[in-house]
Amino acid sequence: MKDQHARSRRKRHRLTPQQSESRAAYMFLMPWFIGLVLITIGPVIASLYLSFTRYNLFSAPQWVGFENYIDLLFWDQVFHDSVIATAIYVLCSVPLILIASLLVAAVLNQGLSGLAIYRSLFYIPSLIGSSVAIGFLWLQVFGDEGIFNDFLGWFGIAGKSWVSDPSTAPATLVALNVWTFGASMVIFLAGLRQIPASYYEAAKMDGASSIAIFRRITLPLLSPIIFFNLILLTIQSFQGFTQAWILSRGTGGPANSLMLYTVYLYKQAFEQLNMGAATAMAWLLLLVIALITGALFWSARYWVFYGDDKQ
Amino acid sequence: MSQVRRLAMHMGLVVALCAMLYPVAWMISSSFKPEAMIFSSPGLIPEAVSLENYRNGWFSQRDATFGLFLANSFIVCGFAIIGNLFGASLAGYAFARLKFPLKRLWFAIMLGSIMLPIHAQLVPQYLLFLKLGWVNTYLPLIVPKFLATDAFFVFLMVQFMRTLPAELEQAAEIDGATFWQRYWRIVLPLSLPALVTTAVFTFIFTYNDFLSQLIYLQELKHKTVPLGLALFLDAGGGSSSFGGLMSMSVLSIGPVLGFFLASQRFLTRGIATQGLK
Repeated sequence: MKDQHARSRRKRHRLTPQQSESRAAYMFLMPWFIGLVLITIGPVIASLYLSFTRYNLFSAPQWVGFENYIDLLFWDQVFHDSVIATAIYVLCSVPLILIASLLVAAVLNQGLSGLAIYRSLFYIPSLIGSSVAIGFLWLQVFGDEGIFNDFLGWFGIAGKSWVSDPSTAPATLVALNVWTFGASMVIFLAGLRQIPASYYEAAKMDGASSIAIFRRITLPLLSPIIFFNLILLTIQSFQGFTQAWILSRGTGGPANSLMLYTVYLYKQAFEQLNMGAATAMAWLLLLVIALITGALFWSARYWVFYGDDKQ
Repeated sequence: MSQVRRLAMHMGLVVALCAMLYPVAWMISSSFKPEAMIFSSPGLIPEAVSLENYRNGWFSQRDATFGLFLANSFIVCGFAIIGNLFGASLAGYAFARLKFPLKRLWFAIMLGSIMLPIHAQLVPQYLLFLKLGWVNTYLPLIVPKFLATDAFFVFLMVQFMRTLPAELEQAAEIDGATFWQRYWRIVLPLSLPALVTTAVFTFIFTYNDFLSQLIYLQELKHKTVPLGLALFLDAGGGSSSFGGLMSMSVLSIGPVLGFFLASQRFLTRGIATQGLK
């Protein structure tokens, strides 16, 4: 009786349960597949083709081989400036954000009262930090009549226009990025709370100093989260655009000091209509990010500690 | 921990917070000062309060008020939220709850695409939308969300849905529920925290996103808040419009802070989980 029922059911569906589950899964994934082909991977491949062409939107793409790459790498001074600006931006922002977020998270994790309020307040800059409004605020803070100069005035230090001097403009941009450390801090805080209190108690019983506890217990156990934040911040910093755009008033200046890679890419594509050069830049960016994340993943085996409970 | 050390830590944190939030407080306070007093009395407490800056900022464009930019931003964000909830939860359900061939491969591709810089796709995407006639419409900002292209949110959904007990779905399976019913009636309602996180983050990311709006929305009638603010750059940013700029800047961060305060418990938990599992 039972057997018959099962057989008739199977006949009606003509699919094993596994098959119908697979079919359902692919139906659920259909929008994602379409997006993957049309919006994500497809354009990346198309940009590889376009990077070997000269193309201005109006006439058909014209094959030029490696010309775009050679021009950028060997002849284009603005490109070189943009690489330097981006390198400074990434190399300064990422370590500073990691240090600030880890430090504040470690302090907050000491069982202080008001944790939730502190966490929210430190997080607020991350929410608004990428907005145009904050870019304008920064122009004021580090401008001639800005509140940063007011602050320096208390100590008798003469101010200047920090955002429009090429030697200090990059620092103001980095400061803005570091100001948004709260997002990393929230992730660190969650990680710190996963470390069993018994480890700390045992270390204290043995008379370890708080610095030793931080170095020997907190840092190793937190290393997977440090790694996660490091990867995330590196990729994000490479893509910074809005604030460099606003602080330089859409020019990348002064003296290309705020010409982040993405700003120059935008200018190549949408101001000069050099779609070939812009896509070549996009591919170089993709390669550099892939190399750097690859190197970071490789380095992880030497410093990221996964403990015994790794799944 | 000793009382003294505790106090020292609180003081350190409060000083750091004051330094960090002072510029924002200054911006809010300045927005209510009469234009002439913004620089002459730079303290936090205004000696006189006026809404003159808000009026000037709101009507600073000849053919559009700032209200139009706000409305446009809300339209874009609203559809982007619906799109991300739809796309990410569908894909998330398949990855979290179903078995199928090549699952590990597709999942790895999905994870990898989180790291893909949008600049690598920018130009061909633009060409695609140009060919479709979608430039100068909201479609390039909205349609990709329905196709789950924000892989970050797919991942968030997967992580959350994985934690739901299998028994619930097994019971429904015995009752003969289809996969769609199990997704729609059981998994989705239980995933409310992840859905709220997705909605709020989509709002904030989309609302603040400058680059794609700069590329796709060129006509004044379509411009959103970041583009509307950026128009102050073109106006030269002279000191005559500074009060207007500050007041509209304050107004523009209002919705983000509002959404955050309304949902912060979900949010901080949401961003914490992505790093942990």
